[in-house]
Amino acid sequence: MSANLSPLLLEAKAVAKHFGGVKALQDVSLSIRRGEIYGLIGPNGAGKTTFFNCMTGLYVPDGGGFVFDGTPLVADAPDKAAGRGIARTFQNIRLFGNMTALENVMVGRHVRTGAGVLGAMFRNAATRAEEAAIRQRAIDLLHYVRIEERADDLARNLSYGDQRRLEIARALATDPKLLCLDEPAAGMNATETEQLRDLIEGIRRDGTTILLIEHDVKLVMGLCDRVAVLDYGALVIEDVPAVVQKDQRVIEAYLGA
Amino acid sequence: MKMGQFFRSMPGIGLAAALLIALPFVAALGGQAWVRILDFAILYVFLALGLNIVVGLAGLLDLGYIAFYAVGAYTWALLASPHFGLHWPIWAILPLGAGLACFAGVLLGSPTLKLRGDYLAIVTLGFGEIVRIFLNNLNAPINVTNGPQGITLIDPVSFGAFKFSGATQILGVSLSGPQKYYFLLVALAILVIIINVRLQNSRVGRAWQAIREDEIAAKAIGINTRNLKLLAFAMGASFGGVAGGIFSAMQGFVSPESFSLIESIMILAMVVLGGMGHIPGVILGAVLLTVLPEVLRYGVGPLQMAVFGKMLVDPESLRMLIFGLALVLVMRFKPAGLWPSPERQRELQETGK
Repeated sequence: MSANLSPLLLEAKAVAKHFGGVKALQDVSLSIRRGEIYGLIGPNGAGKTTFFNCMTGLYVPDGGGFVFDGTPLVADAPDKAAGRGIARTFQNIRLFGNMTALENVMVGRHVRTGAGVLGAMFRNAATRAEEAAIRQRAIDLLHYVRIEERADDLARNLSYGDQRRLEIARALATDPKLLCLDEPAAGMNATETEQLRDLIEGIRRDGTTILLIEHDVKLVMGLCDRVAVLDYGALVIEDVPAVVQKDQRVIEAYLGA
Repeated sequence: MKMGQFFRSMPGIGLAAALLIALPFVAALGGQAWVRILDFAILYVFLALGLNIVVGLAGLLDLGYIAFYAVGAYTWALLASPHFGLHWPIWAILPLGAGLACFAGVLLGSPTLKLRGDYLAIVTLGFGEIVRIFLNNLNAPINVTNGPQGITLIDPVSFGAFKFSGATQILGVSLSGPQKYYFLLVALAILVIIINVRLQNSRVGRAWQAIREDEIAAKAIGINTRNLKLLAFAMGASFGGVAGGIFSAMQGFVSPESFSLIESIMILAMVVLGGMGHIPGVILGAVLLTVLPEVLRYGVGPLQMAVFGKMLVDPESLRMLIFGLALVLVMRFKPAGLWPSPERQRELQETGK
């Protein structure tokens, strides 16, 4: 596996999070290498989304921490996480419903651009150039995820599959080093899942590392270079799919009899 | 929107300009009172567009907006009246008023950053009342605001020797005070419209709209929601401050009574009724809600006399009754406002099928 030789992009070190008495995460340590598709699976309530939220700064971990791209991630700063190069999608799609698809992606460029209020008011040359670049990049990204013909529709009027794609385009607009997808295939039919698989592979080919939380075991095993399994907030195993699939603990915990 | 396209074409702009110039002279035929009503309509356009930044773009429900208007009005009143014997020029007071209102906006914004919707509305409502009560009681131990009596003999707007109060001859045309203010206000309103349009289609404006739509998603893509919300409050408040200054100068008199909760609600109603977040809609809302009550004030009495031959209902209460009914009807049949943005309009038509 070529991905195994590449340097680490994200390292989780003994990350812990509890809600009252519930230990949602217990000392979870794992590492994601640059350029790989990394799967995070586990039964419902195993702590996958909690892990995501800790990493992207929506939750403050109670113990441990993350090292991203060589330096520690500041906890409780979702906007800074995006600035560092971590982008995410949400399990229940969170788009800006009353903005057009194009505007949704344009907002994604916010963190990589700098025009302020004065720029907006006076529309100087620099601001106009930046605005044109934002628009062009957003159009390109809509093409990339193949929903360019829906550019001027309100996000809320897009079909479910297109909304998933738009959310990915918006995340890509932040120029992420690590793209985290939270159950992107949920509620998709076989054809849509197949198209999604192609999209994810394409994104990786274009140089973005991917962390994938997914329920669809077939998709994860077929797509991911390495897989981690969570159960009751603890890491069960972290290895290549072939090994994970045969692991007795995983079969018991997750895959069932 | 066909109408929108027309007003962006050259003949459209020309026609709109001609109408805007002719309007105060037409209104003057009915008496200077109508010109003053026109002045207030434009002033409210200005205010409503300021509030539109906070409510329409950033989605922060602000029920205390009039407080910033009050800050601007009292800044002008205190620095340009015999009350303290100060007579500062406009270029010093107006920016100062805007700056103080902006500061008040940040002051209100910072403790309310985690609040949304109803909760934010209650806190801002309280803030508006606090400012009004302050103005009412700040006449002792040191007399700052002159309390409920208010401040009188406030200087009018003037540029050098050119005063906006009283009649003047310009190019052989006699212009009354309210007519001169009209042109000043139209110029300011055009400026605020341009700023609004530009903000809406900018990086900052899009970030505001993203916060309005989904704050968590906005954070996740790297928007600093704290700073941007404060910026929205500050920008909206500055517009309120400028409007307050002009109001003060135009009236020549301010008292805390002018800054009651009902005023905040009226401005919010202009934004919502016209079409939240859609600039032409907000302008329409502001003009309608200022002019309609006045038309009713002058129209309801004579109408009753003509139809029934006597006064059946007191015109003043009937006026508010009709006004309230109109609001209810609009919200029932045009829930997105009278002139919503094209996207929202299409949306409503689609779901209406």
